[in-house]
Amino acid sequence: MSEQEIDLKKRHFLTGATSVIGAVGVGFALVPFLSSWMPSARVKAAGAPVDIDISKLDNGQLVRVLWRKKPVWIFKRDKTTIENLSTLDSILTDPDSNELSQQPGYAKNLYRSINPNVAVIVGVCTHLGCSPTYRPELGAADLGGASWKGGFYCPCHGSKFDLAGRVYAGVPAPTNLVIPPYHFVADSLIRIGIDPKA
Amino acid sequence: MDNNKNWIDQRFPLTKVWNEHLAEYYTPRNFNFWYFFGSLAMLVLVMQIVTGIFLTMHFKPDAAHAFASVEYIMRDVDWGWLIRYLHSTGASAFFIVIYLHMYRGLLYGSYKTPRELIWILGMVLYIALMAEAFMGYVLPWGQMSYWGAQVIISLFGSVPVFGPDILTFILGDYAVGDPALNRFFSLHVIALPLILVILVFLHIVALHTVGSNNPDGVEIKHNKNKNGIPKDGIPFHPYYSVKDIVGVVVFLMIFLVVVFFAPAMNGYFLENANFVEANPLKTPSHIAPLWYLTPFYSVLRAIPPMFGSQFPGVVGMFAALLILIALPWLDRSSVKSIRYRSWPYKVALGIFVISFIVLGYLGMQPVTPINALLAKVFTVTYFGFFILMPWFTSIGKTKPVPTRVTE
Repeated sequence: MSEQEIDLKKRHFLTGATSVIGAVGVGFALVPFLSSWMPSARVKAAGAPVDIDISKLDNGQLVRVLWRKKPVWIFKRDKTTIENLSTLDSILTDPDSNELSQQPGYAKNLYRSINPNVAVIVGVCTHLGCSPTYRPELGAADLGGASWKGGFYCPCHGSKFDLAGRVYAGVPAPTNLVIPPYHFVADSLIRIGIDPKA
Repeated sequence: MDNNKNWIDQRFPLTKVWNEHLAEYYTPRNFNFWYFFGSLAMLVLVMQIVTGIFLTMHFKPDAAHAFASVEYIMRDVDWGWLIRYLHSTGASAFFIVIYLHMYRGLLYGSYKTPRELIWILGMVLYIALMAEAFMGYVLPWGQMSYWGAQVIISLFGSVPVFGPDILTFILGDYAVGDPALNRFFSLHVIALPLILVILVFLHIVALHTVGSNNPDGVEIKHNKNKNGIPKDGIPFHPYYSVKDIVGVVVFLMIFLVVVFFAPAMNGYFLENANFVEANPLKTPSHIAPLWYLTPFYSVLRAIPPMFGSQFPGVVGMFAALLILIALPWLDRSSVKSIRYRSWPYKVALGIFVISFIVLGYLGMQPVTPINALLAKVFTVTYFGFFILMPWFTSIGKTKPVPTRVTE
């Protein structure tokens, strides 16, 4: 060895070349491991639409169904509730539902629904994912008294929403609640997960 | 006996390691109460690993069976209740010990030159421990497990642009469910414990390279006798190994009283809502993380959404945690120990401790206007401690530091 000269150039080339190829190899090897964390075929298949019959639902009554593992609220609004919705603009962050990702186009209206009487809302707070509590009573003392026209209150961080799922200004949640894709299969049968046929 | 020792020493540096790290590892002779918590943290780590191994034998990481399998451990497995309560109480005890251990560092400036790397490794350990504890709390699949996971994981969903994809990646699903439980189990029992053990090893190697600080903040290596042994140093073994055993006994007495008589600690160690199985349709009326995470949770809640996103709050929360890493460079004082520091530091440290405790308390309470205001105020004082540190550590008159440790 001592008689031979050390070929540093060759050593650097070999170290460099194997490092680069090795890094590429590690990159490829990471793909299966990272991909294994994405939703599996079984999980993806579990996102099927859900049907709910609302014929027995009274005004003000709320039912919860699980759709894609998220709670979805369905409740009927009476005339006063619907009229109250238009009086809240000044205390809401986004009264006109301009944040388009929060509802399908057919629910971008004052009621954020297809039929003003029936609300369908994903019951997951847009702050950090808790499910807000249904507080329909008018003027609840702990929620601002007379100005409270009914809505939802998130117990985790105190966000408030009205009965169309619109977020109050000055609370932790930044956007309105999400309206899922849904349509009426019959007068009182809702299918959650599929848009109405155009 | 000696023959056996020689046989091993020729093949493995047993005597060398023993001497370097125990019998001839010189530690300052003036350690006080605050110096128990490093060895206690190691004791709790070992206890968590041992009890964890036995819990894993009965636990089922499946959303359909997890809750029932924990109840099975509690009711049907012989002594299962004890093993589980040792583990669950151990988690809280771990953080009590770690917080006292970290406070010791603040008191005596143990993070200052040349111990910055010990401090950084310790902070990484602390963060890894938080992740370990959070994932462990998800496993029993009670209401708090579920909704706690929902909230903490949603933090990552607030990242601009990539948030929703990161969320799906972490959960392996579109909401918290079986895939999340299963992977948290894997991380909790294999990945993070391995990381913790490796980090503890590095923490100790770094410590033994520079040697321990002490309540006087005097470098004992600057004063050696003619044999090269620090004049104020005593061998770790048997002096501190024996002292630490006394600490272990006292610690276990207190710890076991909690395990036997108040394992849930009135909702602070095991929250009441976690005795109900996870229900994705209904959030409990009041949710809060376990006490050791609440100071940072308060910071999260205190920062309002900006530009239609809660991301600033999330950044604030992680900043509150990560800013601790910068401590060695924020502290400009020429003095390590609180004993010789100027008064502005003492006042600031007091305010910091109060801020941390109040934020921790507020994080467990429901949001009310007054609580929200208090959280904002103490978030400001919390960050103020770090941001103003270069200033208040360089003003005021420090006391002269002795050349040798005091009694």
